Amino acid sequence: MTGAEQLAADLLAKMQAAGAQPIAAQVLQPAETLLDLYGEDIRARAYVTQDPRLGEMMLRPDFTVPVVQAHMKGGAEPARYCYSGLVFRKQEGARAREYLQVGYELFAREDPARADAEVFALFSQLLEGRGLRAVTGDIGILKAAVEGLETSPARKSALMRHIWRPRRFRALLERMGGQGPLAEARAALVARLRAGETVDAPQIGLRSREEIAERVARLIADADTPPIPAAQVHALEQLLALKGPVPLALAELRAQDWAALAPALDRLEARLEALEAAGIDTATLPFEASFGRTNMEYYDGFVFGFIAPGRDLPPVATGGRYDALTAVLGQGRAIPAVGGVIRPEVLEALGCG
Amino acid sequence: MRLKLGVPSKGRLMEQTFDWFGARGVSLRRTGASREYAGAVEGVKGVDLVLLSASEIPRELAAGRIHLGVTGSDLVREHLADWAREVVELAPMGFGHADLIVAVPKAWVDVETLDDLDAVAAAFRARHGFRLRIATKYHRLLRDYLRAHGVADYQLVDSQGATEGTVKNLTAEAIADITSTGETLTANHLKILRDAPVHRSQATLFAARGAEWGDAREALAALSARLGVALPDGF
Repeated sequence: MTGAEQLAADLLAKMQAAGAQPIAAQVLQPAETLLDLYGEDIRARAYVTQDPRLGEMMLRPDFTVPVVQAHMKGGAEPARYCYSGLVFRKQEGARAREYLQVGYELFAREDPARADAEVFALFSQLLEGRGLRAVTGDIGILKAAVEGLETSPARKSALMRHIWRPRRFRALLERMGGQGPLAEARAALVARLRAGETVDAPQIGLRSREEIAERVARLIADADTPPIPAAQVHALEQLLALKGPVPLALAELRAQDWAALAPALDRLEARLEALEAAGIDTATLPFEASFGRTNMEYYDGFVFGFIAPGRDLPPVATGGRYDALTAVLGQGRAIPAVGGVIRPEVLEALGCG
Repeated sequence: MRLKLGVPSKGRLMEQTFDWFGARGVSLRRTGASREYAGAVEGVKGVDLVLLSASEIPRELAAGRIHLGVTGSDLVREHLADWAREVVELAPMGFGHADLIVAVPKAWVDVETLDDLDAVAAAFRARHGFRLRIATKYHRLLRDYLRAHGVADYQLVDSQGATEGTVKNLTAEAIADITSTGETLTANHLKILRDAPVHRSQATLFAARGAEWGDAREALAALSARLGVALPDGF
């Protein structure tokens, strides 16, 4: 057994001792499910192969999807699962293409703050003494801020769709504030559409004339919607840049007196209390509002990571809440879920195996 | 060791490559029977000509089986992951110009930019239950481009030829392909998005970082002096 495998076995045993039931997943996963979730970008990150009967398959890029699927097929509630095994990711340069992940996933309907705290506290305890820096964030606060903008539901849902793509999000926000090149291009397009400009071209393809007409109507309606007020765009950008110890971040967010954030901030506060109760020193626990916006696309609430400071290494552990993912994979059923993974090879590379 | 120079084995790309070298005092020509892929180099010592399909030249460069190669900059970017680690661009050659572009039906009066395409992709998926299909053979270039621009809810479908016909044939909603004049697009009722193209391609002289250079460095120095091409650090 290699050092990393030994570490993985120890971590898995501790997760079992914490009440989790071991669960297995196939290495070959149907590509379609993963493509529908992550989009075409996953092809640049996961290995795709072909099965003559089953079609496109992927070497599992993570365990979360198969574990959620297994649970949705009839797991008891609440449920705690743990697993250990290889995942496969395409990389640039010399980084590992296949590596171990040891994970813990908690499915529970009651008391989400306590569930968040349970997972974070367990990871914190498993990784104690390794000199790691913990980071936390909350995608739920970003979603609440978008939901609270004074603008149309169509714009909010366009922004919501791109929360996990920071550059695109910023460009959209700028356009919706009436600024920048996208706003100019949009204004010119709407002017042409309003003038009733027609084109001499047959309708080809699956997208129907009706669909085109609907979007033309939406574009014109959107042009009549006032820009998102500059003060709100600014407040949202400030929010995205917020970093600091959790209690200070919470106080700062409360001080903004942004009514739409209140329920999300209540959840953050409840989590803070639950973390304290679980023995975490929250006074110095870092909070970064934008943490988890890249590479963690399915997380939609609490997010966390454990990082080796000053080392050019991937995060030792990452995790978070992914309530929406269970709804997507559950075909109508959903259950709140939170979990995370540890990478034993990275732990080993730290030289404290 | 002799320096191996890979050039396209047929067509206009071969002729223009020969002209480009010829204008700089290096004569390249095919030898033997007209169907035999053999060639000769005159005007500089120690260089062998290797005639190859333009689409194989990127791979041969990456493998280090040829030292220098002439091919489209689009093919190098498409076929080599992390291409800048594998090869160096010695000289853009000023011919073989073509843009890799994204095109949609001309009837889509509501779509002019990637910003529009992204919005349409979201609505299309909601209505049709699958991701908007873009037909192309340039998977890597296109995926990187769409990711950089934050386009979501699309899928790439492979099309190795007659790509402009896929929309009419209902196998794709949009396409990404190489175009120089745009005539085929127009004839197929498609229009190009207004954004900068995915890539502006032209024939380019590349050097392989991973080839075994040895004595071939002398030939490279002589050849580059003759061609008036500056060598980057490390060569």
